[in-house]
Amino acid sequence: MQKALLIDPDKCTGCLQCELACSYEHEGVFNPSKSRIRVFTFHQEGRFVPYTCTQCSEAWCQQACPVDAISLNTDTGAKEVSDSTCVGCKVCTIACPFGTVNYNQVTGKVIKCDLCGGDPKCVSACPTQAIVYVDADQTGYEKMRQWARETDNNPAASA
Amino acid sequence: MQYIIAGAGPAGVVACETIRKLDKKSAIILIGAEPEPPYSRMAIPYLLSEKIAEQGTFLRKTAGYYEQLNIKLMHNRVTGLNTANNSLQLDNGEQLEYDRLLLATGATPINPAIPGVELEGVRHCWTLEDARNIAAMAKADSSVVLMGAGFIGCIILESLVKRGVKLTVVERGDRMVPRMMDDTAGNMLKEWCEDKGVRVLTSHSVTAIEKSDPLSVNLDSGEHLHADLVISATGVRSNIDFLQQSELETDQGILVNTFLQTSHPAVYAAGDAAQGRDFSTGEFTVQAIQPTAVEHGRIAAVNMVQDNCLTHQGSLNMNVLDTLGLISSSFGQWMGVDGGDAVCIVDRGRYKYLNLQFKNDVLVGISSLGHTENIGVARGLIRGQISLGKWKQRLQRNPERLMEAWLACSMGIA
Repeated sequence: MQKALLIDPDKCTGCLQCELACSYEHEGVFNPSKSRIRVFTFHQEGRFVPYTCTQCSEAWCQQACPVDAISLNTDTGAKEVSDSTCVGCKVCTIACPFGTVNYNQVTGKVIKCDLCGGDPKCVSACPTQAIVYVDADQTGYEKMRQWARETDNNPAASA
Repeated sequence: MQYIIAGAGPAGVVACETIRKLDKKSAIILIGAEPEPPYSRMAIPYLLSEKIAEQGTFLRKTAGYYEQLNIKLMHNRVTGLNTANNSLQLDNGEQLEYDRLLLATGATPINPAIPGVELEGVRHCWTLEDARNIAAMAKADSSVVLMGAGFIGCIILESLVKRGVKLTVVERGDRMVPRMMDDTAGNMLKEWCEDKGVRVLTSHSVTAIEKSDPLSVNLDSGEHLHADLVISATGVRSNIDFLQQSELETDQGILVNTFLQTSHPAVYAAGDAAQGRDFSTGEFTVQAIQPTAVEHGRIAAVNMVQDNCLTHQGSLNMNVLDTLGLISSSFGQWMGVDGGDAVCIVDRGRYKYLNLQFKNDVLVGISSLGHTENIGVARGLIRGQISLGKWKQRLQRNPERLMEAWLACSMGIA
């Protein structure tokens, strides 16, 4: 059974530990701007919403990549960017309708959530279990995936 | 069943892969006009700047990839189509019969009507062969004149600067990327390039190119620019000339319906060659962009196998460009719509610009400079026609909160 990130904004305190853990895991620095998961702040509602790639099955990023730099990790279900292949053209950053692929100007490559190979550090860093890693079927991401399917016009081709 | 895919760019390759997923047995022939493995023109700037080698431009990297999928790859130019007997003519005299044909024959650079464009030192930057020639000629400290500051001109601009050439850009429009940015943003991009040492002449035309040790580029202002190399990037047009004798209906590109099917039912078209539906306007236009080529290729392929089961809702026109480190992007109706309204924030000193265009409470277009974080959500909001409600006002106060608007209005998780 593949697992996925389940995010419960009700439990998020906005501490940003997830961003720091993600940045440290992938870039070796504690720099939230380098994090693949981001916490968005809603002052008027008094809410914090962590958000990252849903590893959607449509994989807009993967489809749009002109050099085959994004591939499926069949163990985790993550769509992973190969740094050695990515040319930094950024087409995936505009193709992803969730806005969860970003360009890293320092490396000249794009970055996105890779589920840390199956041990997501945002999950272990989260003190309130606002982010958990559970069986994919349980996650609230189904709604996002539904959206992706509706927006896409190709249910058959992604089979 | 025999499927023939004419054109080995992104549309053609994705189409082959999609057909193979849905039909394990039928014959698939992929025909590329160039002697290279299927590659991506999008990657050529990175080849020129020596970030990658030639194999880095290949669309698929695995050795034996096409053979493994039982896709027969041929290297020929398609010279004619006969829809009466379902056959395709190739430049070697061969005729291939198809049950279903996809025309993904791409586009070719336009040769501007200027005396001297045929001279040896005047080049396009479109194919791998072009890139090899430019790499050989664009040496450090050589003088290069780039004609055209559209998307393609701008995307190769950076690699030319990285090669250390002395670069002058000549653009007929009054700004850079006139089809992607408004006057303010297009001129901010120009200032950025000038600040980096590139001479940018907008509202200027080349009147002639002459031999003069080695070349002289003559401008309508009377100025003569010395050049070792002239690169012509004044636009592209769909490759449809080989269809002149066929019955197929064409305009700017090959005319297709919302199944990407041409006027002949066994023939489909995709990518730069196809005049497909634009999501924003509903009109049929040649977009000539990578994401559209891929979308076309996939949808056309499904319809070729499964008898028009998928309707193409229209592709969203969008572009992203990195010009010497200043990243710009545009989506949909970035120029605005009748009866719509807009918000725009400009910070000239920091080269930041963000322009959102609305129709009622739906986002219809975006253009930006220096904004890259979560920018893809622009596509989600426009493509999903998400009703913004109170978030429209919030975006008008602070257009940078696009992601928050998305989370609140589309995901319902804020």
